Amino acid sequence: MKITIDGREIDAKEGQTILEIAKENGIEIPALCYHPDLCVKANCRMCVVEIEGIAAPQAACATKIKEGMKVVTQSENLSALRKTNLELLLGQHRRDCAKCVWQGKCALLKYALELKADLNAYPLRNPEPEIVKFGPIILDKSKCINCRNCVDMCSRQTGSKRGDEAECKSDGFLEIDGRGYENGVKPSDDGKKDCIYCGQCIVHCPVGALDVESAVDEVDALLKDKKGKTLVVQFAPSIRASIGEMFGIPYGEVVTGQLAAALKKLGFDKVFDTNMSADLTTVEEAKELVQRIKESKPLPMFTSCCPAWIRYVEFYRPDLIPHITTVKSPQNMLGSLIKTRWAENNAVKPEDIVSVSIMPCTAKKYDAFKPEEKINGLAPADFVLTTRELGRLLQKNNINLKDMPEGTADDPFGVYTGAGTIFGATGGVSEAAARTAHWLITGKNLEQADLKNLRGIAGLKKAEIEIAGIKLKVAIANGMENVKIILDDLAKDPKAYDYVEIMACPGGCIGGGGQPLPVDDEIRQKRAQGLYSDDAAKQIRFAHESPAVIAVYDDLRNDEHKIHEILHTRYAQKGKSEIKK
Amino acid sequence: MEIIEKLKAAGLRGRGGAGFPAWQKWQMVKDARGEKKYVVCNVSEGEPAVAKDGYILEREPEIVVEGIALAMEAVGAGKGYLYLRKDYFDKYKDKLAGIVGGKEIEIAREPGGYLGGEETALLDSLEGKRCEPRIKPPFPPQAGLFGCPTLINNLETLYFAAKIDKGEYKNTRFYTISGDVPSAGVFERGENLTIKEVLEKTGNLPEFDFFVQAGGGASGTILMQDELDIPLSGAGSIVVYDKQKTDPRELGLQWINFFIRENCGKCVPCREGVYRLREIFSQEHLEPVDIARARDIVKLLAAASFCPFGKGAANSFGGLLEKLIKP
Ligand code: SF4
Ligand code: SF4
Ligand code: SF4
Ligand code: SF4
Ligand code: FES
Repeated sequence: MKITIDGREIDAKEGQTILEIAKENGIEIPALCYHPDLCVKANCRMCVVEIEGIAAPQAACATKIKEGMKVVTQSENLSALRKTNLELLLGQHRRDCAKCVWQGKCALLKYALELKADLNAYPLRNPEPEIVKFGPIILDKSKCINCRNCVDMCSRQTGSKRGDEAECKSDGFLEIDGRGYENGVKPSDDGKKDCIYCGQCIVHCPVGALDVESAVDEVDALLKDKKGKTLVVQFAPSIRASIGEMFGIPYGEVVTGQLAAALKKLGFDKVFDTNMSADLTTVEEAKELVQRIKESKPLPMFTSCCPAWIRYVEFYRPDLIPHITTVKSPQNMLGSLIKTRWAENNAVKPEDIVSVSIMPCTAKKYDAFKPEEKINGLAPADFVLTTRELGRLLQKNNINLKDMPEGTADDPFGVYTGAGTIFGATGGVSEAAARTAHWLITGKNLEQADLKNLRGIAGLKKAEIEIAGIKLKVAIANGMENVKIILDDLAKDPKAYDYVEIMACPGGCIGGGGQPLPVDDEIRQKRAQGLYSDDAAKQIRFAHESPAVIAVYDDLRNDEHKIHEILHTRYAQKGKSEIKK
Repeated sequence: MEIIEKLKAAGLRGRGGAGFPAWQKWQMVKDARGEKKYVVCNVSEGEPAVAKDGYILEREPEIVVEGIALAMEAVGAGKGYLYLRKDYFDKYKDKLAGIVGGKEIEIAREPGGYLGGEETALLDSLEGKRCEPRIKPPFPPQAGLFGCPTLINNLETLYFAAKIDKGEYKNTRFYTISGDVPSAGVFERGENLTIKEVLEKTGNLPEFDFFVQAGGGASGTILMQDELDIPLSGAGSIVVYDKQKTDPRELGLQWINFFIRENCGKCVPCREGVYRLREIFSQEHLEPVDIARARDIVKLLAAASFCPFGKGAANSFGGLLEKLIKP
């Protein structure tokens, strides 16, 4: 059908909203509560437009197009309305731009400049921070503008929302509370609901009212005064395809070399690559899968590399614990190796190592400090920084990634294969594991390493992989709203799948809760492409062929007991964590 | 003649506020496809100065229940709801239960908040959800309660539908009159009377300088003495104010308390706008800049609030600012 926007005739598909069509055609309509990942709530009222034949302005995000519709998105009247609306919003948003996740690049300030709004038209409703903390997640109510993006997101992560439903829900851990100006977001008091620390609320909040506990200052201080410690850092697979964004590098450009150089420049004594332990995770996981199949142990086997998923299981579905692979997350695996084998081989006392990890993930801040993850009484990582925090740390030290020469990560945990790098994208873990499982079962490598049917950022993928006559039913889900569909399937038919890869965040870690803002499908796609091109460019594509992995097994003398002690973990039912005010 | 035809012939319009022709709404629900259909009688009567639904409920509850049953049959609804404001619920539930008898009509209690009168918010609250308006479309006649076609009518509308069916309708409506008048109360008078005539016929036309608020004691329209030769719209209330004795700023504050208390908090214009109006009207003195701000907020409320509640605030405050507070 044809519609007209601002005098321009536009071809449009039925069912689309004015806002979507405008966006597709490069016409920007101010919008704060709209996010392409989420349902339409239409509460911010910034997107009002005029429609011929309708007296009052309408919300573009909530209005479906009709044949022949004539829409005006810019007029004096609309600007005046939007300006008043924005000034009201600014009156409830305590601006703390220097510390904000948006670093001043939020839509609020952008619109304020465009509309020449008075930032101080109204005195702040809440001039002081009003903090609520759950796990590492921090909600500052004095910044919240009640857009409810986080509530919608959390209903997908922890509530009843399924990926195939359109309806807006609010029954997750984050709830809508209070009426009138006391309306707001509240973590649930319900003992049956808890946060899984995925951080998706953070990356969907338009105004930085949510963030994660920061360790930037502590790490910065240690880098400046090491206090006799050895500072070791590792960085996760997906970081290399996303951190560039904070330095104006195009989406999806892989910057492994610059990143390694920048970390050294910061002053880390050793720079290791979590891709190496992703390779190791792959081999261990493939071994366990093959063993579970051969010994008729519980299937399906679920992956364990996503700690938000593990938190979900330990809190919401402890019955699934026997189905989770006992292999540690790559962060904790490498962290454990650093504080055991590496320490011993390099004659460094484990207590003298400060292990820092750079993760796309907020849940990893929890993962590193779980009691089960301790190795000889020590946490596998002492500080976990998100991608965003590392960006900040570099900025603080005037290091621009763009200007860095290509460096390399250090031995013995610096080398990785194509299999490890794709861990950062949904489907990557399965593809890496399938490559190695094939080798374990047949003794031969796949002729074609690429398993393209496992790729793509779709929320849910199902595939059947045949290895030497064994048919493996694989499911890959990202975003808990899709994970729950798989769990529903399994409730109906426990044999529906043999292997299930789960990432709590949309798109996998490339869309993680610790990644730079903004994020949407297009950006996730580009980050994923970055990782797949990194894989394709690698000489070695099979985790089990990684020289670093082989060296670890040699070092452990293939002693299964030792391997289990260092590379595997256990799980236990968990209670609700405290909500701190 | 079947009832929808009768409603059409009688020209009955909704008495909740919007004034939509009753027969059209009934027809829409009748024609809508759906395995289940519902009828809801809306008795949330939340605005200050409106009391006619309670008046009818006190005197002729049987006719109301008849009206609901009639509507259920006409549109093909298997179940009806009598959705009552809290105090009405507490007061009348037993009596109503007796009248309802074996009919499939549930007597439901409004959880609180005027917004429960907004049709889609009412539906959400009946579904056990947070009482907030929904995005429209879909409209309740297409997809209402639990997604099924639903007829929502104000109590007075259903009352008169029953009267029409019995041939007892004499083109009247109920007026709630209050304020600076000698005989306040609820009166049944001709529906085509002008506001002035209503005041006259009830012995309430003041001799002093006055203005009225018509159609709701918080969101109703401000009409000056020379603007009363029009029929009443909205929820059938007239509040008379002595112009000498009424401080417009204090009047605004009085309304604001209602809007502050009852708004759901969902959309920015209403949540924040009403909050700032209170801030502005709480000052002893209104400076031109305050009045300009208030005007901007009112414009925004009228143009962009999510549901009629915010637009209602714009209606009364718009009048206040234009007619009573000189810039
Ligand atoms: S969202 Fe963040 S950057 Fe934007 S105005 Fe608020 S504090 Fe500043
Ligand atoms: S971190 Fe995840 S689970 Fe926790 S509140 Fe945010 S969206 Fe919900
Ligand atoms: S915390 Fe952020 S995402 Fe959540 S309602 Fe407030 S502004 Fe919206
Ligand atoms: S998908 Fe990745 S970033 Fe998201 S919670 Fe899981 S491990 Fe963390
Ligand atoms: S983007 Fe349309 S109302 Fe918020």
